[in-house]
Amino acid sequence: MLSEKSLAEIARERAKYPADQARSVLLAALRIAQEEQGYLSDAVMEYIAGLLGIPAIQVYEAATFYSMYDLQPVGRHKLCVCGSVSCFLNGSDAVLQHLSERLGVSPGETTADGLFTLQEVECLGACKDAPMLQVGDHYYENLTQESLDALLAKLRGESDDVR
Amino acid sequence: MFVNGVTLQNRGLPDSHRLSVYAGTGGYDALRRVLLDSMAPDQIISEIKKSALRGRGGAGFPTGLKWSFMPKGVTGTKYLLCNADEGEPGTCKDRDIMRYEPHRLIEGMIIGAYAMGARTGYIFIRGEFVEPIHIVEAALEEAYAKGYLGQNILGTDFSFDLYVHRGAGAYICGEETALMEALEGKKGQPRFKPPFPASYGLYGQPTTINNVETFASVPSIIAKSGEWFLNLGKPNNGGTKIFSVTGHVQRPGNYEVPMGTPFKELLEMAGGLRPGRQLKAVIPGGTSTPMVGGEAMMAVAMDYDSIAKSGSALGAGSVIVIDDSVCIVRVVERIARFYMHESCGQCTPCREGMGWLWRVMHRLENGQGREEDLQLLLDVGSRIEGRTICALADGGVAPVVSSVRLFREEYEYHIRHKRCLVDGGAV
Repeated sequence: MLSEKSLAEIARERAKYPADQARSVLLAALRIAQEEQGYLSDAVMEYIAGLLGIPAIQVYEAATFYSMYDLQPVGRHKLCVCGSVSCFLNGSDAVLQHLSERLGVSPGETTADGLFTLQEVECLGACKDAPMLQVGDHYYENLTQESLDALLAKLRGESDDVR
Repeated sequence: MFVNGVTLQNRGLPDSHRLSVYAGTGGYDALRRVLLDSMAPDQIISEIKKSALRGRGGAGFPTGLKWSFMPKGVTGTKYLLCNADEGEPGTCKDRDIMRYEPHRLIEGMIIGAYAMGARTGYIFIRGEFVEPIHIVEAALEEAYAKGYLGQNILGTDFSFDLYVHRGAGAYICGEETALMEALEGKKGQPRFKPPFPASYGLYGQPTTINNVETFASVPSIIAKSGEWFLNLGKPNNGGTKIFSVTGHVQRPGNYEVPMGTPFKELLEMAGGLRPGRQLKAVIPGGTSTPMVGGEAMMAVAMDYDSIAKSGSALGAGSVIVIDDSVCIVRVVERIARFYMHESCGQCTPCREGMGWLWRVMHRLENGQGREEDLQLLLDVGSRIEGRTICALADGGVAPVVSSVRLFREEYEYHIRHKRCLVDGGAV
């Protein structure tokens, strides 16, 4: 169900916690599984429950509680635009609208080619560099229309390389 | 003025996140002094008490007192946790400490672990902070390699292991007991208190938890004395504090200044307002603290006690500046959405109430407000406050109620004219 690499990574995380506290590695296991598979399917959640020796309900609880887990497939690049107050005061609505127009999707939707999912999210803790968005592991800050267009071009280029 | 001199003192240096750079500026000297000159745990706690350092995560609880609650002579592991789940809108300081000064945080935690007899620690970093996570993990590796972490630190009997635990996206995990639940792999829902973490914390063991900035203040206090730190600020409000100044200012950023610095000076440091704009309101401590009117704020000093006198709170030092270009109803509607989204769902007044507040704010903003809505907001607020396990709901009520009181005419204009007073445009 998961690659050797992912299993090794989960084992490394497991070592941080006491021997009788397997459940503590759950958040990490879900993250690692999602990084490999793109989203958390019921099958992978049940697999993780077996791996950690905990009831599947405990896995579902965590997976549905935290915002970083995707329970449905998402685009290759998830654009998470911060819409909380400091970003809002600095034009986050315009950022969202610009991306929406460029990609032809509304927040919450994925482009037809499966490349981009557009989302509005709550505070990402980079308020002094507003407006900002997160894509994968990276924060992009002090956004302008020009920098957004450059970012989209860059992400499209990366995707071509992969293909 | 003593600026950026404590937790961000190395921010401007190249590679300030590296151990070699930190050590080159006196880093880990405090730890050496504590362990090799055998400073007693009680002496450390007494020095922290003298410094008047108060929790920098928002609650402002005296750190030395908190440390003294940790029981002595218990069997089993005692835990030390760092709350790096920074997520209160307007707050972006812990991220910079972790990016630029991770060793200062780590050294502060090792000293704290020694003072409280903790054997294991976790730094709980919000999952979105991938860059800070990688930097802190690399710093931990360096600290292990140098013998500052692990078995028999610097050849003494003292051992301490420290790990990063990644969050997975939930503001509520910044509440200390919700954070412990999340560390245990559960939904981050706050626990009822008492028992307090010092007696029943992570895995039911004695636990102390502090914010990133709090720990990062410790090495300087031990190196230079509690009195030195206290005198940077003022009595009961010791030291310096990072203020994240954001919103409508020309140079938003993190400014670490002495407690008691006039707001007016802080605003100037942040580049002041944009040309031609007037100061309308300030949220001085993050969105969970009440709004203060612009004119009143210009007379306030930035410390716990002075801001409390103005009817708000210092919180996490997250200063959100709002000028006259924006409609206050729109701003508060946006803030209310955050609390609706982030309520963990455990307590009914919060789970339902945060949604009610947002829906009323939403219809006001969209020209569907009713005359009775303002009283409704105040009534709903008063029925939420103090009726939940944690402080999230009180934090969601504060901006709504304070803004209705301060900007009543703007709300009333919205109801009567179905549009913003400020923009003049139709909704």
